Amino acid sequence: MSLTMSSTTPLLEARDVHGGYGGMNILNGVNMALQTHEVGVIVGPNGAGKSTMLKAVFGLLNVTQGEILLNGQPIHNLPPNKLVERGMGFVPQEKNVFPSLTVKENLEMGTYLKPQNVKRMLEQVYAFFPPLVEKRHQPAGELSGGQRQMVAMGRALMAEPSLLLLDEPTAGLSPLYMNEIFDRVKQINAAGVGILMVEQNAKQALAIADKGFVLAAGQNRFTDTGAALLADPDVAKSFLGG
Amino acid sequence: MNELVFFINNVIIAGSVTGSIYAIGAIGVTLIFSIMRFAHFAHADMMTFGAFMVLLLTTLFPAAGASIGVPTALVMLPLAMLLTATLAVGIDKAFYKPLRVHGVKPIVLVIGSLGVTLMLQGLIRLFSGTGGQSLYVDDRKEIFRLALPFEGARAPIVITEPQLYLFVITLVAVVALHVFLNRSRLGKAMRAMSDNPELAQASGINTNTIVAVTWVIAGGLAAIAGTLLSLDVTFKPDLSFFLLLPIFAAAIVGGVGHPYGAIAGGFVVGFAETLAVFNWNVLLRPFRDSLPTWLELPSNLAFVGTEYKIVVPFFILVAILVWRPTGLFKGKVIQ
Repeated sequence: MSLTMSSTTPLLEARDVHGGYGGMNILNGVNMALQTHEVGVIVGPNGAGKSTMLKAVFGLLNVTQGEILLNGQPIHNLPPNKLVERGMGFVPQEKNVFPSLTVKENLEMGTYLKPQNVKRMLEQVYAFFPPLVEKRHQPAGELSGGQRQMVAMGRALMAEPSLLLLDEPTAGLSPLYMNEIFDRVKQINAAGVGILMVEQNAKQALAIADKGFVLAAGQNRFTDTGAALLADPDVAKSFLGG
Repeated sequence: MNELVFFINNVIIAGSVTGSIYAIGAIGVTLIFSIMRFAHFAHADMMTFGAFMVLLLTTLFPAAGASIGVPTALVMLPLAMLLTATLAVGIDKAFYKPLRVHGVKPIVLVIGSLGVTLMLQGLIRLFSGTGGQSLYVDDRKEIFRLALPFEGARAPIVITEPQLYLFVITLVAVVALHVFLNRSRLGKAMRAMSDNPELAQASGINTNTIVAVTWVIAGGLAAIAGTLLSLDVTFKPDLSFFLLLPIFAAAIVGGVGHPYGAIAGGFVVGFAETLAVFNWNVLLRPFRDSLPTWLELPSNLAFVGTEYKIVVPFFILVAILVWRPTGLFKGKVIQ
């Protein structure tokens, strides 16, 4: 019994999550479940609470009601550094690198808690993002937007997370880089890392999503597979611009 | 030739001495700002505290240095650094941390540090008295006179023993800090937290550890600066307090939050001070005969009198805030 229980325990589960900043609720009951082999995508209009939900998962927001579970363990209101220890990685949308640190130093910060892994993980991340190799001694603040996003994702991957949270990884990138980043996300997921990301480019994101969560006013409006959401005329009409 | 020696003694050596002390003080101020984002006004009195610890220890064990041939005060310096670092961590725990936890604005921490400065000054005065005391309790201050191998150079270059130690210790401290910040895991984490505290936390860096390490380094450096200053002149309970303005000017000139900027800023302010009070008449004296006769040089050609030296860092501070608020190196702008 316990064996079957554990095999169906989702990597991440959110049940009726409420929360916000300074007494003002932005989330009014969000539900989510995600397995390790899945890519989950949160989409929705501006102000729907997409990024807020991601921050709630990463302990950056006070959850006032409901619960968030990682591998069946409650994690809401744990500080971010504890969540990193438990295998969560977070890539913020803005300010996602240390600008005065070199690319290599940025990546090293990802293994801050497990310094014995630095060498092995650096090789893996360089192999995964080859453009970073020749930039490794350059301050990350001097890189282009797409390269910075690589550094930011690389830093999070250095900790070998089991769940990676990405906040609008393609915001402000050219279409070329956008496709590159989506490809990388799929590859990371194929390597056994669960992905939960917030995206403005809803159509492309849902196309690679196993699970899609359409939020509006801090609640789930639609929850289904990415393909089903894309095919749903209601979703298309209200959230994907026809 | 003697004029040149006069210039070396009164500008090059004096400026380097002042600059080194300002630089070490400013590094501490800038590190604290880059990690905790507030201007720590109690820094000067942490310097005084460090020097006072040296004075106490030296008075207790006056003969400790004689056996290895260095002034006792220098033997006691590492211990005083440790004590000052402990004090700094303790002050943070008792006064600044409760404020930080409440998420107060930086200005509240600044005012808090003013309170700490008054408290420290009072405490030190209570135990040390208000007069000046030499840190050379049982030793003699050596003075080296280097005669120049030129004809007509009668005056020697004068450098004192504490000044030599000051240059060496400043160099060692700066190199050690550079290695720490760029090579060690903790040092890199400190720079990371200075860059982006949220992301540092999201990387699993324990920000409380970094804050404590920052206080240890700032306290240690403050003890060095205060001790070297008191060795060069004498220990007085208000000696370092008057350095607060030039030290902050140095940190801001260099670019706040930028340790290398603080070093540069320290020397800029130090040399600006010594150049401003230097009597330029001395350098013009050899050319007196070739100057037109209607030009009568006043006997003192300094920009400002020695007693008004403090206006120099003040002027630099205002000028840099008006024309280049980010400092020489691109630092953070204090809001």
